[in-house]
Amino acid sequence: MFAFQEPKGDSPVTQTAEKPTPKEAEVIPVPEAGPEDIKVAARDVTVHYSGAQALFNINLDIPERRVTSLIGPSGCGKSTFLRCVNRMNDTIDGCVVGGNLMMDGFDINSNEIDVVELRARVGMVFQKPNPFPKSIYDNVAYGPRIHGLASDSTELDEIVTRSLEKAGLWNEVKDRLLEPGTGLSGGQQQRLCIARAIAVSPEVILMDEPCSALDPIATAKIEELIDEIRENFTIVIVTHSMQQAARVSQYTAFFHLGKLVEKGTTEKIFTEPDDQRTQDYITGRFG
Amino acid sequence: MNKSQNIQENPTTRKIRAGLKKRYAAERRFRFYGMAGIAIAVFALVVLFVSIGSKGYTAFVQTHIQLDVFFDEALIDPAGERKAEVLSRADYAGVVKASLRARFPEVKSRRDKRQLYGLISPGAAFDLREMIMADPSLIGTTQKMTLVASDDVDMLIKGHISRETEESARPIKDTQVAWVDQLSEAGAVSTPFNIRFFTAGDSREPELAGIWGAIVGSFYTMLVTLALSFPLGVAAAIYLEEFAHKSRLAALIEVNINNLAAVPSIVFGLLGLAVFLNFFQMPRSAPIVGGVVLALMTFPTIIIAGRAALKSVPPSIREAAAGLGASRTQVVFHHVLPLAMPGIMTGTIIGMARAVGETAPLLMIGMVAFIVDIPQGITDPASVLPVQVYLWADAPERAFVERTSATTMVLLGFLIVMNAAAVLLRKKFERRW
Repeated sequence: MFAFQEPKGDSPVTQTAEKPTPKEAEVIPVPEAGPEDIKVAARDVTVHYSGAQALFNINLDIPERRVTSLIGPSGCGKSTFLRCVNRMNDTIDGCVVGGNLMMDGFDINSNEIDVVELRARVGMVFQKPNPFPKSIYDNVAYGPRIHGLASDSTELDEIVTRSLEKAGLWNEVKDRLLEPGTGLSGGQQQRLCIARAIAVSPEVILMDEPCSALDPIATAKIEELIDEIRENFTIVIVTHSMQQAARVSQYTAFFHLGKLVEKGTTEKIFTEPDDQRTQDYITGRFG
Repeated sequence: MNKSQNIQENPTTRKIRAGLKKRYAAERRFRFYGMAGIAIAVFALVVLFVSIGSKGYTAFVQTHIQLDVFFDEALIDPAGERKAEVLSRADYAGVVKASLRARFPEVKSRRDKRQLYGLISPGAAFDLREMIMADPSLIGTTQKMTLVASDDVDMLIKGHISRETEESARPIKDTQVAWVDQLSEAGAVSTPFNIRFFTAGDSREPELAGIWGAIVGSFYTMLVTLALSFPLGVAAAIYLEEFAHKSRLAALIEVNINNLAAVPSIVFGLLGLAVFLNFFQMPRSAPIVGGVVLALMTFPTIIIAGRAALKSVPPSIREAAAGLGASRTQVVFHHVLPLAMPGIMTGTIIGMARAVGETAPLLMIGMVAFIVDIPQGITDPASVLPVQVYLWADAPERAFVERTSATTMVLLGFLIVMNAAAVLLRKKFERRW
């Protein structure tokens, strides 16, 4: 499905130079990749939930237009970290985020960042498919509508069509766009949620265990989809499945007990991890 | 339990079987308690409905007496000019009396005549006036008219006044009974549907009294209540549930809202009396004040129901919208509120159903007055259905007893319709995630 990238140097996350896979090049123009750009850089990120510390000084670079997977046992803080990136933790009472999270030179964590704008640039797909109880069309059109991305209905139709096409759902739903999105199967619902996130043209898409509620076939479709859209988006995915992390991501970070234990290219993490805990986790000895 | 005989016995199954009988017995007992409770409730409801229905159903018909009425020009319009003001002030009661005298020419003495006149309701004169006002050409002619009988005759015909009772102990005298029998034999007594009961306002005469004034009053009062309590209640529920931080103050407010919902309704009446009538000098007996007072009472109910409905919207929907960059207000108004609306409406209807049957606070703000006119707006003096029940239940005339029950039936009808609407709403829009 995709080629692992060759790690170079001791800080592989920031230095790998690799050409994007060419198969989507005619559909989505991908800029010639020089040294990889860092989209999001976390520096000493800490999170407290009502006093209890959930994340300890996370330092992690997320490269642009790559898939980065966050793995680790339940309760290790990977979802918490993910939710820092689009400030979804704001909605939780008593949650305090510290440290710096830089995206394109702005600190996501600072008070000057407009959360609405941030979330338009950083989309999110959740664990459980959560389409709005509205029509398929309205589900996808909602984001563009509230942000005023389309000047007229033709343009909106276009955005909806394109998003559904990118999410690989168009052929399945094109004849029933006005039917409720909740009437789709679980896998279709999740792809609808991805289409909904894509419709706003975000730069980063966060996926919080997007396949944990799906059967293997639907999971395979989502993974295929992730692989296709990574040309255009920076993707961060939290997953409990080692195979999934190995299949879809180029970079992997292993969290344990609120700490970032190890980060690197997926290949390196899965073949020759430096840390014993990583080794134990990916081989299934705990977690 | 016989089925378990098939399973091979071992120490574990033996222990389980020993307790099984007790467990099944406990279950059967619990079911019996539940069914007994429901049976008692249903029995009480049936008793209530049967007692009200059996007392009240006769109020839906009204005894009328047919008479040949001669519209004597000498009595109605001696000048013969057919002026509207003369016609409207004419002595129609005299016309009715003359007709009665013509029907029973043998009645001579003043006392007997007065009793004879008592057969027909004073309201009959108003009916005649209306007729003449509409068509003055009837003057000078004789018409077969069906006139409203007095309440005593009505009660006699319906059997609520017994002929066996001693004459001195009943309001209708033997001579009157004889006349009624005479009329009845001649086929002049009829009991058509009591339209007046549904179209007229209150009256001192039971046969003329209706509940339309109270229905309209209830309608205006509920209008004010809904217009105030629904938007305020929903707004407060949204703020408390979606925007307010969970603080000590918020907890205090929550406790007090729950307290407010449990405050005896008469206290709201006192508040209305002190604040709206005395301080703001708002009109007495008016639906506007009644509506405001009932809104204060309904308000906490709507907040509580609204918060519960908002809370039941799954957080995944909020996250989905917020994750797309919807602002907090957009999340609430585009997604959460529409999903919570059926629940809020159900709560509102139940709150309104409580308010429509409320009497005590309205007594405090003067809505207990005797009001004949149909209210034309929210500032006109008005009565409401439950207060009408209260007023008529107090009235000495026997004929008001059945009207009290009939009014209760109408009120119960409204309540049943409202509560059914709440159930239907819930069923129709119930959503499962």
